[in-house]
Amino acid sequence: MSVANRPVHRPLSPHLQVYKPQLTSVLSILHRATGIALSVGVLYLAVWVICAASGARSYEMFQSFNSSIVGRIFLGGWLYCVFYHLFNGIRHLFWDAGYGFELKDAYRSGWLVVVVSLVATAVSWIVGLRLI
Amino acid sequence: MAEFALPANSKIGVGETYKAAAGVKNIKTFKVYRWTPDDGKNPSVDTYEVDMDTCGPMILDALIKIKNEMDSSLTFRRSCREGVCGSCAMNIDGTNTLACTKYISEVKGDIKIYPLPHMPVVRDLVPDLNVPYAQLASIEPWLKSTTQPPTRERLQSPEERAKLDGLWECILCFCCSTSCPSYWWNGERYLGPAILLQAYRWIADSRDEAKGERLDQLEDPFRLYRCHTIMNCTKTCPKHLNPAKAIAEIKKLMVERTV
Repeated sequence: MSVANRPVHRPLSPHLQVYKPQLTSVLSILHRATGIALSVGVLYLAVWVICAASGARSYEMFQSFNSSIVGRIFLGGWLYCVFYHLFNGIRHLFWDAGYGFELKDAYRSGWLVVVVSLVATAVSWIVGLRLI
Repeated sequence: MAEFALPANSKIGVGETYKAAAGVKNIKTFKVYRWTPDDGKNPSVDTYEVDMDTCGPMILDALIKIKNEMDSSLTFRRSCREGVCGSCAMNIDGTNTLACTKYISEVKGDIKIYPLPHMPVVRDLVPDLNVPYAQLASIEPWLKSTTQPPTRERLQSPEERAKLDGLWECILCFCCSTSCPSYWWNGERYLGPAILLQAYRWIADSRDEAKGERLDQLEDPFRLYRCHTIMNCTKTCPKHLNPAKAIAEIKKLMVERTV
């Protein structure tokens, strides 16, 4: 076989390794990540209910975990996931209807979702603590 | 299935350094991806110190200068040097664009140049574009009609013609498709933003009579619906077109025809 016709095992050009993170792609993967986190959170909710059903002692154990630092980080993170996934889902609905595709608008709506979900997390956290 | 790491034969090593001549003051450093099929080695990144006082303003000017004066083995595609041919598409400073329309001064620090991402490399900055070209052929990018041809041109109203603006300008450089993570992970089955924009260019053409067929062909979990509106395509397009919007229009038509 001539040199020119020899099969070559071509390398794959770098992708994730070199592509700069864009707001567009970062928010997109965050949507997926928060979706997965919400599924895990549902299991946590189920454990919560099981503990409540199994009596005062087990519920107390679960509650003490909830109010520990780790538990609070977990719940706060989950809360942010709820709001981010919700608001970004609404952003997707607008896209599905054909709106918000100009780059300027996509950036605006992206930052809006990030900020609004942070605010919603903080507000519901504070309100939640007041109600207890 | 998505593979996030590079295969063993694609891992990038450190290459050679080409220093600027003594006495050169205004230096810009270019770090360029290199691979040749000839020596059986892995790809590497070579470093070139380019004298900016004798270099044109564009990234392509620097690449041509490197090839002419420092290292004639450097391989890249280029032709029109004014952003209409799409040959010099590559990954510059972390995003895809045309080397001929990207200013050197836009990049802070060292300028890193790689081929278009997640493509087989023919040599250095030359990617193998056979798959996207085959995908372009698959959407049959030409006017199709079943009715008797008119005796003169097929007329369009100015409004109908305006629907093609933002679509016909695509130069098929594939900056968008190779910026799309969905295309990275499913490039053999997902058509990618460049081809879908082309598909919509024909769907939106009032003279074309194969709209239904064209939509049928795209009605597929992979060909069209791997688009998750990431919008890296629109972000990176050097012609400032909007493939994400074109894809959304196709998705809308898919829904509209079922209701």
